[in-house]
Parts: sequence; structure tokens; C-alpha cells
Amino acid sequence: MTGVLGFVLVMVCGGLGAAARFVVDGAVRARRRTAFPWATVSINVAGSFLIGVVMGAVLFHDAAETWHLLVATGFCGGFTTFSTAMVETVRLVRSDRAGLAALNALGTTVAAVAACAAGLGLTAVL
Amino acid sequence: MTGDAVPHPRPAHLDPALIGLVLAGGAVGTAGRYGLSLAIPVVGGWHVATLVANVVGAFALGFLLEALLRPGAESRRTRRLRLGLGTGLLGGFTTFSSLAFEIERLFADGDPGTALAYAAATLVLGVAACVAGIVLGARVSAMRTDTGPGSADPSGGAAR
Repeated sequence: MTGVLGFVLVMVCGGLGAAARFVVDGAVRARRRTAFPWATVSINVAGSFLIGVVMGAVLFHDAAETWHLLVATGFCGGFTTFSTAMVETVRLVRSDRAGLAALNALGTTVAAVAACAAGLGLTAVL
Repeated sequence: MTGDAVPHPRPAHLDPALIGLVLAGGAVGTAGRYGLSLAIPVVGGWHVATLVANVVGAFALGFLLEALLRPGAESRRTRRLRLGLGTGLLGGFTTFSSLAFEIERLFADGDPGTALAYAAATLVLGVAACVAGIVLGARVSAMRTDTGPGSADPSGGAAR
């Protein structure tokens, strides 16, 4: 899947991912208001697990490259966000919560890589 | 819906028009990120396209949110800009999932040094870029507050 159609489909999937993030983020925030940005952390870790599953299917089960483009590049890319994670990290520093800020930046990265590895591992044994 | 007084304004994340705005912004941001990935090759295990998108996006979101910041309730226009450009476009432009996958693959390929360096560079540059964006955005916001017309729409006070 290449060309203009492929590009447009990746865009649509990215838009759907961003919209899903907006809805999930709002729903999580409505339930619990905490200093630590659990909503973004959960979204980024969940999206990293999903990219692991999809890329595992592509790498280990010869799933079509289309899945890589639509789900990994498109949906997961639009669903997860690095920019908000950085803004929330800096906000924690500004509100004198440097420890939580470090935990947010490093913890999200470690948890996201672990979640991605878990997704890949899951598809590897299936 | 007529847009007339709504007795129970629904939360932003359940408003179809605002969800559509985030979707449109996210599609544009994704196009930018995908385009960068096609244009910039991986160099020595470093996913430069992802790094550039994430660092530029962190700068731009820091700038945008700080520049839009005003005392008092958020206006309708400000909220649309924040959701369309921030949550949508810049959220879609940057990615945590690709970053995680790229780091995981570097570890899996037996190159933990590059994995850790890539992760550390992304986080350090991301935080630094975000701070730079916030500092610049604060200046813009201060300039607009000093000289601005003070015409912020007071009717749009509906919460975020």
C-alpha cells in the first residue's frame, strides 16, 4: 500500500488515534484528579503495548506491511504523545515536584518499552 | 443543536465537534510525522525522524500552551486552538509508541548502548525543547497581555 491512498489512510488512522486519546484522557481525568499525569502515562503505555503486538504480527507472523503503516505509524502514533508527556514533566518540575517529574519521564519510558516488549513477546509465542 | 444556551454543557471530550477537531489535527500531525519518516533515514540505529518530530513537537506544545495561557476562564477560541493544534496536531505529530518500539528493537538487536543513548537524548532534548518553548511562549503571552485589546471572549468560560 503506497502512494496517495496509503498516505491518506495513515492520516485517517492517526486522526482516529488522536481522537481516541482525547476521549480516554478526558474520561480518566474526570474520574481522578491527581498531580501525577496518570491519563497520559496510561495512554502511552497502552499504545506501546499495541505497537508491540502489531509489529510482532508483522515481524513473526508475516502480517502485511499495511498493518505496520495503519496501526503502528497511524493509530498508535496518533494515540500516543511525546509532547504532552514533556509538557506534563516540566509542569511537575514547576510545581516543585521534581521527583514526580523524573518518575514521569523515566517511568513512562521504561514502562512503554516494557509494554512494547511484552506485546512483541506475546505475539512471538502465539 | 442550535448553539443556544445549553443547560448542561457536556464535557469537552464528549463533544462531537471538538472530537472532530482533534481528529483533523491528529491527521495533519500524523502526515507530518509520516512524511518525516519517509524523508529522513535511520542513521546508525538512531531514528532521527522520530527524534526530530518529538523534540520539535515538545518545543511547539510548550510554546502553544504557554502563549495561549491567560488569566481567567479559557475562551472558546483558545480552547479550539489548544485542542486542534495542541491535542490534535502536535499530539499526532509526536509519538511515544514508535519511540518505545525503536528502543526495544535496539535492545533486542544487542545494541543496548545505542538504545540507552537514543532514549536519553530524546528525553533530555525533549525536556530542554519544551522549556525553551515555554519561555518563548511566556514572552509572547506577556506581550499580548500588555498591549492586547483585552477582547478575550468571556462567554466561552465553559471549562476545558
